[in-house]
Amino acid sequence: MQIRRIFLDKVNGFWMVFSMITILIIPFIIGVGLYLKAAPLFENQSLLKLIFSSSWAPSTGEFGFWPFITGSLYVTLLSFLFTAPVCLFAAIYLTQFSSPGLIRVMHPVIDVLAGLPSVIYGVWGILVIVPFVSDYAAPFFGTSSSGYSVLSGGIVLAVMCIPYTLNMLIEVFNTVPNGLKEASLSLGATMWESVKHVVIRGNYPGIISAYGLGIAKAFGETIAVMMVVGNMVNTSGNPFEAAYPLPALIANNYGEMLSIPMYNAALMFAAFLLFIIILMINLFFRYLIHKTKRQ
Amino acid sequence: MELIETKTNNKVLASKQIVSEASSILRVKDLNVFAGHHHILKNVELEIPRNKITVLIGPSGCGKTTLLKCINKLTDLYKELKVSGSIFIDKDDILNTDTNIPALRQKMGLLSQRPYPLPVSIYKNVAYGLKLKGVRDKKLIDFSVEKHLREVGLWEEVKNRLNSPATRLSIGQQQRLCLARGLAVKPSIILADEPTSSLDPISSKIIENLFKDLTKHYTIILVTHVLRQAIRLADHVIFMNDGEIIEQGSPEILFKSPKTEQLRAYLVDGN
Repeated sequence: MQIRRIFLDKVNGFWMVFSMITILIIPFIIGVGLYLKAAPLFENQSLLKLIFSSSWAPSTGEFGFWPFITGSLYVTLLSFLFTAPVCLFAAIYLTQFSSPGLIRVMHPVIDVLAGLPSVIYGVWGILVIVPFVSDYAAPFFGTSSSGYSVLSGGIVLAVMCIPYTLNMLIEVFNTVPNGLKEASLSLGATMWESVKHVVIRGNYPGIISAYGLGIAKAFGETIAVMMVVGNMVNTSGNPFEAAYPLPALIANNYGEMLSIPMYNAALMFAAFLLFIIILMINLFFRYLIHKTKRQ
Repeated sequence: MELIETKTNNKVLASKQIVSEASSILRVKDLNVFAGHHHILKNVELEIPRNKITVLIGPSGCGKTTLLKCINKLTDLYKELKVSGSIFIDKDDILNTDTNIPALRQKMGLLSQRPYPLPVSIYKNVAYGLKLKGVRDKKLIDFSVEKHLREVGLWEEVKNRLNSPATRLSIGQQQRLCLARGLAVKPSIILADEPTSSLDPISSKIIENLFKDLTKHYTIILVTHVLRQAIRLADHVIFMNDGEIIEQGSPEILFKSPKTEQLRAYLVDGN
């Protein structure tokens, strides 16, 4: 009996360590795999030229990824600008001001939004957001647009990211003890002052973490964005014009045009870039969390 | 029959032992609190003497904390609570007038069971209430921070690290900081809800001694489960059970010769 217990103890210990190591090495394996597949591209062009060149002409062997990098960043930034305030205020209202009944109603709604396949968001974007941008938003700003644009991509992406960021912010704000709010109120603060000084200020690391998760998800999102963003190589910076984010480039072209030399390696390099940028975003937010915790 | 007798006795006791109206700072009349169908406070009537320590005792769940939260209107935070009746602070009925709630709460410093320092520095914790009051003069704030940290005996311990996060202090220091923070807004009443329950005996003694000193300028309402603490500190005692005031009066009378079986049983079990 005693030997069996010790044996089970050791077996379970082994599985725990094994599971942890597996999770740790998976990103490493993916990163190395992508790098090796993209390596042939580096034989003809320097890394800097690949990243910062805007010239994209695969048939002549020119692979400049700058428009794709900026396209991804632009769409992600726009979606963040829409998502961040909406999620922050909604989470504050739901956790600090509303009745518990409203949260019980909202949770299933948020879960449904999170569970919808991204292709549904894409279809919704084509049916609603693209016409809205072409018929109303662009004329309002005195310009014209087909609607398939960075702005449409940003809006669709924002709606997609809301449930993730909102859910996390709700969890973060729910951890604030009532005693802390009561302490602030009893010192003469209004409810909003208490929210500002206690709920928000006391949870900077959690808020940053929620936003970081949302941005990382937005950066890698493919299908819905690809359906509304126009998929044209463009570095104009005009939100009413089309763009071509990195995930859309890979999803649109992988497995095709194999006759073009180095095209496969170029797509692998796009995937490697995506991997590195998401890693950098995560590391940046980790650093921010660490810094705010220390403060 | 026995129940009717007990209730009648209670009313007689209450009327005999009640504090004279002139010396009271706070009067509660016919206060009822419901949480759904649960009647938490039942027709509570009491008076709190000015510049004295009033100790609220009673079994857990009898409504002591709810009573404190009614007094500074923190019950507004809990939408499930329905509050009725009157609470007079001096002459204002805070439950029934359009009171400036933040200003009202500043009249009543709150000290909770466990300390809740704000997620800012030691200095900013004490300055917080002053800034809410509109004080912007840096010298005045500096003076007030030092004065109130000295008042709670914390100045010497923290004067070289005023900009450190308040959460890095020990629990006992945090509780004293919370007291200093409350005193800085110049309250009339200090509501202390088992403030020493999470403290070691030395820190508890420091807080108790502070309370004795503070009665020169403040009225203190203290909730405690520690009977010895109640005996040491109380000028006036209120015993609650099941949402009702059972007995109230001077500690000498209540602790030595309780009139009701409920208080007698509570004192026997408590000791």
